[in-house]
Amino acid sequence: MTTPTLAVWKFTSCDGCQLTLLDCEDELLTLAGRIRIAHFVEASSAVEPGPYDVSLVEGSVSTPDEQRRILEIRAQSRILVTIGACASHGGIQALRNFADMTEFASVVYASPQYISTLDTVTPIAAHVPVDYELRGCPIDRHQLLETLCALLAGREPDLPNTSVCSECKRRGNTCVMVADGIPCLGPVTQAGCGALCPSYHRGCYGCFGPMERPNIGALLPILRINGMDAVDIDRVFSTVAVAAPDFADRSRDEPSQ
Amino acid sequence: MSHRSRQLRVSSLARVEGEGALRVVVEDGRVQRAELDIYEPPRFFEAFLRGRGYTEPPDITARICGICPVAYQTSACNALEQICGVALDPPLTALRRLLYCGEWISSHSLHIHLLHLPDFLGYPDAIALAADHRELVEHGLAVKKAGNTLLELIGGRPIHPINVRVGGFYSVPGRAELAPVAEQLRRARDYAIETASRVAQFDFPKVELDHDLLAATAPDRYAIEDGTVSTSTGLDFPASEFGEHVVEEQVPHSTALHARLDGRRYLTGPLARYSLSSRRLSPLAREVAAAAGLGPECRNPFRSIVVRAVEVVYAIDEALRLIAGYEPPAHPAVSCPPRPGVGHGISEAPRGLLYHRYEIDGAGSIRAATIIPPTSQNQAAIEDDLRRVVSEHLDLDDAALTTLCERTIRNYDPCISCSAHFLELDVVRR
Ligand code: SF4
Ligand code: SF4
Ligand code: SF4
Repeated sequence: MTTPTLAVWKFTSCDGCQLTLLDCEDELLTLAGRIRIAHFVEASSAVEPGPYDVSLVEGSVSTPDEQRRILEIRAQSRILVTIGACASHGGIQALRNFADMTEFASVVYASPQYISTLDTVTPIAAHVPVDYELRGCPIDRHQLLETLCALLAGREPDLPNTSVCSECKRRGNTCVMVADGIPCLGPVTQAGCGALCPSYHRGCYGCFGPMERPNIGALLPILRINGMDAVDIDRVFSTVAVAAPDFADRSRDEPSQ
Repeated sequence: MSHRSRQLRVSSLARVEGEGALRVVVEDGRVQRAELDIYEPPRFFEAFLRGRGYTEPPDITARICGICPVAYQTSACNALEQICGVALDPPLTALRRLLYCGEWISSHSLHIHLLHLPDFLGYPDAIALAADHRELVEHGLAVKKAGNTLLELIGGRPIHPINVRVGGFYSVPGRAELAPVAEQLRRARDYAIETASRVAQFDFPKVELDHDLLAATAPDRYAIEDGTVSTSTGLDFPASEFGEHVVEEQVPHSTALHARLDGRRYLTGPLARYSLSSRRLSPLAREVAAAAGLGPECRNPFRSIVVRAVEVVYAIDEALRLIAGYEPPAHPAVSCPPRPGVGHGISEAPRGLLYHRYEIDGAGSIRAATIIPPTSQNQAAIEDDLRRVVSEHLDLDDAALTTLCERTIRNYDPCISCSAHFLELDVVRR
């Protein structure tokens, strides 16, 4: 049997998600014995041509060149896994989807005409079919390992689709929203981080993006009771998953006040 | 070369955190231009920070770079706390420095062991290196992991820590939680000392850079989490005057802006820090530096791996000192109500000085933001170095020349995400 091959690709991103693979200090060398890392420019100057068994794709599509490149990568990959909020939802850079791009470019660059970008930032799934999606900004190391192990073993990865609240309960945390009145997006955010923020006495800010069928309409009044005004609510839903439809259209299903 | 005009393309310059291409133009056997063409898609952070809340930059700007998020969080906090007129209690400052030590340990050992050592030992990557030198890579990973453990414990996670806020933290660890990390750090310190003596033995090309050097310094310590700005030409000024000395300009070939210090190119990063502050290292780190053959200054970019190795020893040593003296802060954060104004923050990211400037209104909304990352400051110096390297080695064939250029760039550990990724070498010989 030939060793399966892994490729890691970068689109518009901060590198944090692919770095998570190098952060698996205890498992990296073992993993490298079971899967051949055939393309990972951040870590290796040896680059092998495709096709690849598994491609991990980080980042969102924000330039004409990236639009073309994702099609090629899909064609070369048997299984395509997106990693992180940039790839899943567009990431923080998708804030530009809600702004005037010409003005944006002129804030940063004196000669914006040299800069080639698309008006909107889109997730990978807007361009090609995606087999699995790892959420988070960054992704969770354990979920990454679980996914790679499952794919190596030919089984389905075990990825939760419940809310951060369910992880809070499992961890035995006191709810920061109920006990301390700290606004928290945990009830509508997809699980996977192990309820990190509440464990540090902070409200979740939704970096894993919306869970499946989130009841945001029910959460909004609770956020208000806990001291958030309309601007605060707009801001907290407008971070790394700002372009996720459930977050972007959050007021849609709120019962009239 | 047999061709009068030829073009060389290398599909990627690997093991650099970013994307970019190098274009060299050779005319009649002389290098006319060397342009580091950065085409990391621009992400417009400074634009979308406008209108955001003054408490948001630590979380938002962390996303500029997955390798040095704590640097972004810290420079942002420094600037915003300055606007609010708030100074942290000493135990909170110590905890911030301890968290930052974790990032130095982790980021430097990533660069040394996974990205840079393979160059010196002739391997394409650390995994191939591990096949022959397993222990070397394992020890490197153990040091990296010790840094990540610190980041995880204090910050919640190593990449984009969730526990940092303007004014301090959301929650702080107890003394007992830090004890097991100290154990891990002591083992890592032994490995780090070993690494420093090992990398010191490499054969380094003899190069001395004459650029100005710029780094944060502090009177009583090796500057990490804040300081004032010093240069090798004797300037010393507070963060608030950064904009008077350092000006960024756009160049047509790159999405990264180029910075100049009073009109000149300059260098920030480990060489600058070490050269300006080596006497402020801990006794152990000074000893390790001396044993590794470093004098009080180092201006050879190839030896940056030695300086990084010494800084890892220092960061571990410093982390152990901070843990030994740790008193949990009385409150996880000091209160920072907004007031209108402008604030400037600096800190020493592993790759060099990182500057943030914010202007906020009375309600705490950001009106303007400027971020100057180390890579854009070093861009001109890297290009200059490349121009020199190519000029001196025009006799090499394209493959060998490319390898040399790649190594030259990797010496600077450019985190191109903060501006740039992915290098292509394009030599035009006319
Ligand atoms: S999802 Fe977050 S951590 Fe991952 S690449 Fe994007 S910005 Fe970086
Ligand atoms: S703290 Fe947040 S995530 Fe945890 S139970 Fe409460 S609302 Fe849910
Ligand atoms: S609690 Fe929420 S914001 Fe915090 S890490 Fe988890 S998903 Fe991200």
